[in-house]
Amino acid sequence: MTTTYDFEDTPSNYDDVQRQGGQDAVYDPNFVPDSVKSFVVHMYRHIREKNVYEIHQMCETSFQTLSERLFKDTPWPSVEAIAPYVDNDHVFCLLYREMWFRHLYARLSPTLKQRIDSYDNYCSLFQVVLHGVVNMQLPNQWLWDMVDEFVYQFQSFCQYRAKMKNKTEQEIALLKQNDKAWNVYGVLNFLQALVEKSTIIQILEQEKEGLEQFTATDGYDYSGGSNVLKVLGYFSMVGLLRVHCLLGDYHTGLKWLQPIDITQQGVYISVIGCHIATIYHYGFANLMLRRYVDAVSEFNKILLYIYKTKQYHQKSPQYEQLLKKNEQMYALLAVCLSLCPQTKLVDESVNSQLREKYGEKMMRMQRCDDEAFGIYDELFSYACPKFITPSAPSFEEPLVNYNQDAYRLQLKMFLYEVKQQQLLSGVRTFLKVYSSISLAKLANYMEVDEPTLRTILLTYKHKTHSVGSDGKVISNADIDFYINNDMIYVVESKPAKRYGDFFLRQIAKLEGVMNDMDRIKLE
Amino acid sequence: MESPKEQSSYTVDSNSKLIVVLVFVMDDSLTGYLEPERMNTHIVARILIKALMALPTPDFSLCLFLIPERVQMEEQFKALVVLSHYLETGRFQQFWDEAAKNRHFLESVPGFELAIQAYASHLLSLSYQKVPRSVLAEAVNMDGASLDKFIEQQVANSGWIAEKEDGNIVLPQNEFNHPELKKNAGENVPLEHIARIFPILG
Repeated sequence: MTTTYDFEDTPSNYDDVQRQGGQDAVYDPNFVPDSVKSFVVHMYRHIREKNVYEIHQMCETSFQTLSERLFKDTPWPSVEAIAPYVDNDHVFCLLYREMWFRHLYARLSPTLKQRIDSYDNYCSLFQVVLHGVVNMQLPNQWLWDMVDEFVYQFQSFCQYRAKMKNKTEQEIALLKQNDKAWNVYGVLNFLQALVEKSTIIQILEQEKEGLEQFTATDGYDYSGGSNVLKVLGYFSMVGLLRVHCLLGDYHTGLKWLQPIDITQQGVYISVIGCHIATIYHYGFANLMLRRYVDAVSEFNKILLYIYKTKQYHQKSPQYEQLLKKNEQMYALLAVCLSLCPQTKLVDESVNSQLREKYGEKMMRMQRCDDEAFGIYDELFSYACPKFITPSAPSFEEPLVNYNQDAYRLQLKMFLYEVKQQQLLSGVRTFLKVYSSISLAKLANYMEVDEPTLRTILLTYKHKTHSVGSDGKVISNADIDFYINNDMIYVVESKPAKRYGDFFLRQIAKLEGVMNDMDRIKLE
Repeated sequence: MESPKEQSSYTVDSNSKLIVVLVFVMDDSLTGYLEPERMNTHIVARILIKALMALPTPDFSLCLFLIPERVQMEEQFKALVVLSHYLETGRFQQFWDEAAKNRHFLESVPGFELAIQAYASHLLSLSYQKVPRSVLAEAVNMDGASLDKFIEQQVANSGWIAEKEDGNIVLPQNEFNHPELKKNAGENVPLEHIARIFPILG
């Protein structure tokens, strides 16, 4: 446990939120202000008494207020200093340290030693939970924050480690010694272990058949047990989705999310940060897998939800992050709709926001010229996750920075896909105008020869028809065609005509008219 | 988790296994102080060929997301990326030409040609109700007697019809080349709605 904190400058133009170290304030880790003493004493009592509401209030409000007032740019008192006030309770100390490091990352810049210590703390905490000896009931917000922060610190470490150029001798030595800290296999192992040990996947399955209660109680245990392992296991599925997206492994990420049905209510909605993280990564993964319609539907739903509910989260410490993700998802939505135009999937309020923010850029992207690529690049770079390279660095001279490598690869692959779809917008323009057209004529208009046109049409079919996770082919095209030897016939997807509803309405109306007529008395 | 070197054989019957093998193999290749083992390059090349065979699923793109740029620049992988590009953009003639130049390592995976021909047939079925024989020939890289045999098999097993007069192929009907077959979503009227007019009917 560090008893001093070191100032570390981490300049970067890639990290979104600047996390600069504070002034060299006079920090005595052993000094415990009365308000902190009171805080830990009350927190400890509430945890022992399983008073979830009070614990939640202390985490969300009291901790933030005290941080703002007393620990604006210094860490909280050390765990050793507060331990005596809480009977030196081992688990409470692990929980306190978790909050301690989270505060450090938020307000200051962690040193390498602190990063390693934080990892060790998570290991100890998760080990305790995995051994099933925890009998607490903690608020979902806190449990989500643990998983979220765990993944965030992993991402932060990978980025830190990849900047080898200006590392001091000490730092390099420490890195070499501690190769287990924030190792990708370690991180994945913990998240997977939480999922497996909690048997959350089986619980969710059995819940569908009415044999278990989980969602109905928001994950809380009302029969005297603990919610910690189950809910951590649940949130770890979202954590795994996030980690795999950071690695560029979208398929595996989505597989981990599968037990959670995002078309239904679930515990993932109980914490707004979790809800957003889930849909953001789900949408992004589907974008990379070319399942544009899936991505658009989900982005639409969550953006509408945020639009309606964000006022209630203004006081929350997660508000800034919420707004940022909101903006990023609008950018991703703009990208999806430019690649795969749809008219009926987006709600009006979301659509008007979208047009306001990205209306012009979307028009330029759809033109698919050189300028368009610049905009695709810009929006992708703004909205994408902070990709990481999971492997250990090379310690050979010359030391290089490779923190941008992962991002550059994903961007390159994405733009490559955009390029392959370049000619499709041209085809769409013509398909919109004609109900049928010969291959020869269309080839003439598009200034290509017939064989090339055939390949373009095949590309259109291939890119607009994705293969779902069940292996079925789904059409994403709002405008489609089929070819009969040399003639192209255009098919526009019309909304289904609902005759049933129409007749019901008319029947009721006619009955109303007949009743009115019956009431008229003729003189 | 197994270390990469223990992974001597693998079955690529599920996408996730393929990706997992790839991640472990890649980790080894990334560490600069290990000797680049030729074995790993071969494994990755095989995985990519299998991914090509999985078209139309985007397995190949999924793999490329995980392979570092400098590795993608190696000769074998460059060739495979080019092949994938031709297949993704329906350029079958260019694909088969390029594949012929790389026969030596493509042949290392059995069933490669058949898989690509299946993909070509799939794409044609999405797009055409009736396809000219010449277009089919180019797509599956066959002609003359072998093409006749191929068509015969499809007629027997997949519902193709070969027209006698001009040799064109009528492809089986599906909702993508026959839009009228697309199931009309939501024509079901819930019972509660009908129940509202029971008083009128009664």
